[in-house]
Amino acid sequence: MILQHLKTEDAIISEIKEISGVDVRACYQCGKCTAGCPLASAMDLMPNQILRLLQLGEHEQALKSRTIWQCASCLTCAARCPKEVDPARVMDALRTILMRRGAVHLEIPKVPAEVLAEAPQQALIGGFRKFVGY
Amino acid sequence: MEEEQGPMAAEPTMVRFYLMGKPHQVPTGLTIQKAMEYAGYRLLRGCGCRGGFCGACGTVYRIGGDYRLKVGLACQTVVEDQMYLAQIPFFPAVKATYKVEDLPPTAETLISLYPEILRCVGCNTCRKVCPQEIEVMRYVAAAQRGDIARVADLSFDCLMCGLCASRCPAEIVQYHVAILARRLYSRHIAKPAAHLAQCVAAIDRGECADLDAMAAADPAKLKGLYNVRDIEPEDLEAAGQE
Amino acid sequence: MRLPYFPGCTLHSKAKGFDASARAGAQALDIVMEELPEWTCCGATFPMAADSAMGLVAPTRILASAKAAGKLLTLCSFCYNTLKRTNRVIATDAERRRKVTTFIEEDYQGNVQTVHLLEVLRDDIGFEAVAGRVVKPLHGLKVAPYYGCLLLRPADEMGFDDPERPTILENFLKSLGCTVVDYPHKTECCGSFVAVSSPEVAQGCSARILEAAVKHGAEMLVVSCPLCQYNLDRAQRQVQAGGGPATRVPVLYFSQLLALALGCDEACLHLEGHAVDPRPRLSKWLGQTSQATALV
Repeated sequence: MILQHLKTEDAIISEIKEISGVDVRACYQCGKCTAGCPLASAMDLMPNQILRLLQLGEHEQALKSRTIWQCASCLTCAARCPKEVDPARVMDALRTILMRRGAVHLEIPKVPAEVLAEAPQQALIGGFRKFVGY
Repeated sequence: MEEEQGPMAAEPTMVRFYLMGKPHQVPTGLTIQKAMEYAGYRLLRGCGCRGGFCGACGTVYRIGGDYRLKVGLACQTVVEDQMYLAQIPFFPAVKATYKVEDLPPTAETLISLYPEILRCVGCNTCRKVCPQEIEVMRYVAAAQRGDIARVADLSFDCLMCGLCASRCPAEIVQYHVAILARRLYSRHIAKPAAHLAQCVAAIDRGECADLDAMAAADPAKLKGLYNVRDIEPEDLEAAGQE
Repeated sequence: MRLPYFPGCTLHSKAKGFDASARAGAQALDIVMEELPEWTCCGATFPMAADSAMGLVAPTRILASAKAAGKLLTLCSFCYNTLKRTNRVIATDAERRRKVTTFIEEDYQGNVQTVHLLEVLRDDIGFEAVAGRVVKPLHGLKVAPYYGCLLLRPADEMGFDDPERPTILENFLKSLGCTVVDYPHKTECCGSFVAVSSPEVAQGCSARILEAAVKHGAEMLVVSCPLCQYNLDRAQRQVQAGGGPATRVPVLYFSQLLALALGCDEACLHLEGHAVDPRPRLSKWLGQTSQATALV
């Protein structure tokens, strides 16, 4: 990875700021978010790594990760962050950017029939909002 | 679409409307469809019963100087001065295939066949664009929670014109969901008409009107018989039906 | 005490036990839950995008419909979280308030306080008073309270309880006579809606919670959210808690225990829909008919 000043001033970084309200530069990589994340074992990049990549302007890696689609918005990270960075909001912003471009993580026709029939409506509604968008 | 800054119609009996950007002068009082025919068009598509019932002619339009989008049925809506309208083709919608007899009247049925109803954001655009003023958003909310009877009741006046589906940001085809709910209601929830079963039994026993005599009767006599027919038995209320 | 009540989509269909038992339990404590005459889905999740107002439309409309009363009661954690956080945006962000209220054509300034039934029991009734009305104390029932995420976080907005060491459910359970089981995973996420896109991942989250609860001696879990109930209840089909023979831990809504302890009509409990049947363990407090069914 080659660090480039231009990358850190990228339009995407400001878009993330606009959507989430978070300045990723406030993160000092303490790792509490990763330590507390209940979904971390399902992620390829850890939450603090996502923040680090964004700080360094490597947003494409962050956007391609599996991580952002495993986040359950449980806000454990946000509750524990000593700098009030709110990684959950950053995850939400990354998903929003991709969904606004047309990318979806969940293909509604492929959701198994048992899940559609058995899952409580809030699970499906929440899942669609977070992984399909509007 | 061009917006002409020309003068308003000089003669009080004529109005100017714009079809696909092209202006036409037509006499006042004409419906959109009649105005289009006056202007020289032959209606091959988007035209049906011409009686406000089939939903084929749902139309969107704007009045010059007003940003708001308006709707109406072209066969019922009278042309206004400075009306800008365009014909839109029927909005694509795929109906799920199902056998109503085999489906329970529940939220699960609606969600399994049309899971996109859970994408509703509650924006109310559907209701605003309905020419029948149906509370579409309310019935989608009822559908999400499985209140089939409510969906059936609220959507009763639906003509399946498709305008709601064309504007929905969640890409729901509301009228497909509604008609499924109405069919589920009729099949599984509504009380079966007891007098119907009695009638059918009477027919099976041969206790019905002489069909051969009717077939041979003249039209005037038949009309007379039709006008005095028993629409619902008098004891319908007593039988506990609504 | 009368409170406007917003059930949310799930409580009307999939979580009838939650709704019915809460209404009955509340009624027994002289709280009348008056369902809003018209309501739509609140959207379930609070929209975190600061540059869009679309997701605020539905919850704002719901809040506006309760503006005369100034209070709105919910049971479901998702609805509670969404409505409360939406109201804060409407009350504090003038620009977004203008945008949303103009769009929905409502004059709403953000005056409605969203309350959860547990808060009403704690603050308006008092747990001692609740204990005083218990006719079937649940002595000997070892219950682990499970909070999940949305009641507690973000703490500064929810103001429900301490986000890391809450006590409201514990105090509630004690007032019913239960033995409260403390365990480390009570505020850990059950997997939430990831159950729809990656069910195995959500099951893993739920399994860890169940394992911890069982290790600490729990016979039952109590929740306040139909999605938590779904994840925790169903995770036990596939996963064995503790690695040994399957320990079946029923997962109940807090209101089901409330209604049971207050002696409400058992029809309101709807205990039949659970994947892990709670009736055998509760047979001591259930009536004759329920007992017979439980033994079948």
